Amino acid sequence: MVLTGAEIVIRCLQEEKVEYVFGYPGGSVLFIYDELFKQDKVRHVLVRHEQGAVHAADGYARSTEEVGVALVTSGPGVTNAVTGIATAYMDSIPMVIISGQVPTAYIGQDAFQEVDTVGITRPCVKHNFLVKDVRELAETVKKAFYLAKSGRPGPVLVDIPKDISAAKCEYAYPKAIAMRSYNPVIKGHQGQIKKAVQLLIEAKRPMIYAGGGVILSDAADKLAKLVRQLGFPVTNTLMGLGGYPATDKQFVGMLGMHGTYEANMAMQHCDVLLAVGARFDDRVIGNPEHFAEVPRKIIHIDIDPSSISKRVKVDVPIVGDVPEVLDDLAKLLAANGGHADEKALKGWWKQIDEWRGKDCLKYDRKSKIIKPQFVVEKLYEVTKGEAFVCSDVGQHQMWAAQYYKFDKPRRWMNSGGLGTMGFGLPAAMGVQLAHPGSPVACVTGEGSIQMCIQELSTCKQYRLPLKIVLLNNGYLGMVRQWQQLFHGNRYAESYVDALPDFVKLAESYGHVGLKVEKPGDVEGALKDAFKRKDDLVFLDFAIDPTENVYPMVQGGKGLTEMILSEEL
Amino acid sequence: MRHVISLLIENEAGALSRVTGLFSARAYNIESLTVAPTEDPSMSRITIVSIGSDDIIEQITKQLNKLIEVIKVVDISEAAHIERELMLVKVRATGKDREEMKRMSDIFRGRIIDVTETTYVIELTGNTAKLDSFIEAIDRTLILETVRTGVCGIGRGDRILKV
Repeated sequence: MVLTGAEIVIRCLQEEKVEYVFGYPGGSVLFIYDELFKQDKVRHVLVRHEQGAVHAADGYARSTEEVGVALVTSGPGVTNAVTGIATAYMDSIPMVIISGQVPTAYIGQDAFQEVDTVGITRPCVKHNFLVKDVRELAETVKKAFYLAKSGRPGPVLVDIPKDISAAKCEYAYPKAIAMRSYNPVIKGHQGQIKKAVQLLIEAKRPMIYAGGGVILSDAADKLAKLVRQLGFPVTNTLMGLGGYPATDKQFVGMLGMHGTYEANMAMQHCDVLLAVGARFDDRVIGNPEHFAEVPRKIIHIDIDPSSISKRVKVDVPIVGDVPEVLDDLAKLLAANGGHADEKALKGWWKQIDEWRGKDCLKYDRKSKIIKPQFVVEKLYEVTKGEAFVCSDVGQHQMWAAQYYKFDKPRRWMNSGGLGTMGFGLPAAMGVQLAHPGSPVACVTGEGSIQMCIQELSTCKQYRLPLKIVLLNNGYLGMVRQWQQLFHGNRYAESYVDALPDFVKLAESYGHVGLKVEKPGDVEGALKDAFKRKDDLVFLDFAIDPTENVYPMVQGGKGLTEMILSEEL
Repeated sequence: MRHVISLLIENEAGALSRVTGLFSARAYNIESLTVAPTEDPSMSRITIVSIGSDDIIEQITKQLNKLIEVIKVVDISEAAHIERELMLVKVRATGKDREEMKRMSDIFRGRIIDVTETTYVIELTGNTAKLDSFIEAIDRTLILETVRTGVCGIGRGDRILKV
């Protein structure tokens, strides 16, 4: 069957069972849009800015097991998309971005809306392609999907010059892809697994540290099984929240810069650490030299060999797919009688419970001003912990992570690696489209929300009943917090003057806006918002502008050198 | 420590820039880099000389392996191997210097491959140290121009880098 390049693109998306494409049209992708128009299998969501398209595709991917798809035009379409692509890359989100390019003959001539897309995105994609021959198009798209979701997932970009989308060729969609240069290791090395089991059996102060890899590989059930089998304490990274049920007694909370006292203390003082799909990044372990001061054996499971022994020395590296390796570990553990030193483990739990006694997440519940922690707690209660929660980046993100207890994977969407303000709202759109009828909240700040506020218009067009929980303190709060603690209270450019009236703003986009100024009104407002199944409700909570996120490990400090809240 | 990393990579447009981009993005050092297609034209072989601690070199090889188009990576300097580099030197060759330059070239087993009344072009191959010594050995003021290919290397004996 002879098809045009544009027809081939759409056929490929259909073959991949793509439900939604998030995009924005432009000159170089007009043929592709024309073909989108002629069919109704792949639905297009018109965003208001390309960054929104990529974040929406990202949110869609995070909340499902599917690859997110975005479609943008050449030049500024691509440069606008770059922030979204880099966000997805840092968090290993499977995504395919299709970009238009100027016609082949114009490439390199500084044509209108030309940019070196492959060059500009190279450092922030898993891989990218420039299609120079329409006969390679179908295979390239197939490869893009394969690469995006296999191994350590990530965004893959396919750049298609306009003449290629118009050119014709015989079409056949390849059934499978084999690449001699790309063969991710799935099965863990059995010798290493044996060593790991031995360490786990003999551990006296064990700790399990699980990251985003658990979510990405859909290994939450297997992790829970292993954790319960062992009886060990477990912590999640910011990216791993929901990878282990937060309400379970073996969960010691999130660790890291704003992790709980008990999680950070246990991480530092354990004698055997099992790291699962996590990468010991700077926000997680603080200063690596300080972390290395306590001798401990580290077992590290990761599908990406380059994540292992990058920031800390690892004793037992296991390269493989997390669920496969967890299965093997569980089997071998069971065959060897499980953890041996129950007495030591009991003592270790006693120590952990002592640390828990610090109650490091307590805050002033009698405050006359709304406390942000209180809003998140109420959000958790009102949604019974069942909501999909997206966040932007800053203090509100940390409060959401600390106070919303995620019991299930793929319920917590945030830009953990890149820390992209503006992520929350468009990501929530993707989540809502993937889960129609489910409650989706976007916890945000007045700084972040304004970085992609235009997507309120998209929400109206597609009737996405998001609940926007704006924790409005009038400051770029995390910046202000650092300035207060480390820059002598000099609040350089962190006060956001001349904020819009968010209620009116929401209304002008055709949504419902609510301003909440008293703690007593928080619960009612949230209940009211979630009752409105068909409306996007924008809740503007006037929160305590001086509230800080605690505990806190200052950048460069050791993991246990925590600043606890003033009341403690 | 100085390491010689050899890799096979798909011979595709932009593949080299992924390698060099990786080095600059992660602040790794490149002393030299050579690249050319292999006997199988679908593949190129790249030799990179880099200096770094063992940890950094381990990360470099892992990160290179992670590039989708990279087929195989070997640190050939981990065991017995051969390194060669080619250098062309254009020197002033007049008067008494003309004979001296010829003699030095012979001592270093170089070849004079271009001759004019006032200049020679000397071709030299060897490891980096040998080429450096030649530059040290001749009168520097006579050097008009030098060009070096950078190191290419191969493992000794049964150590083979092949798909």
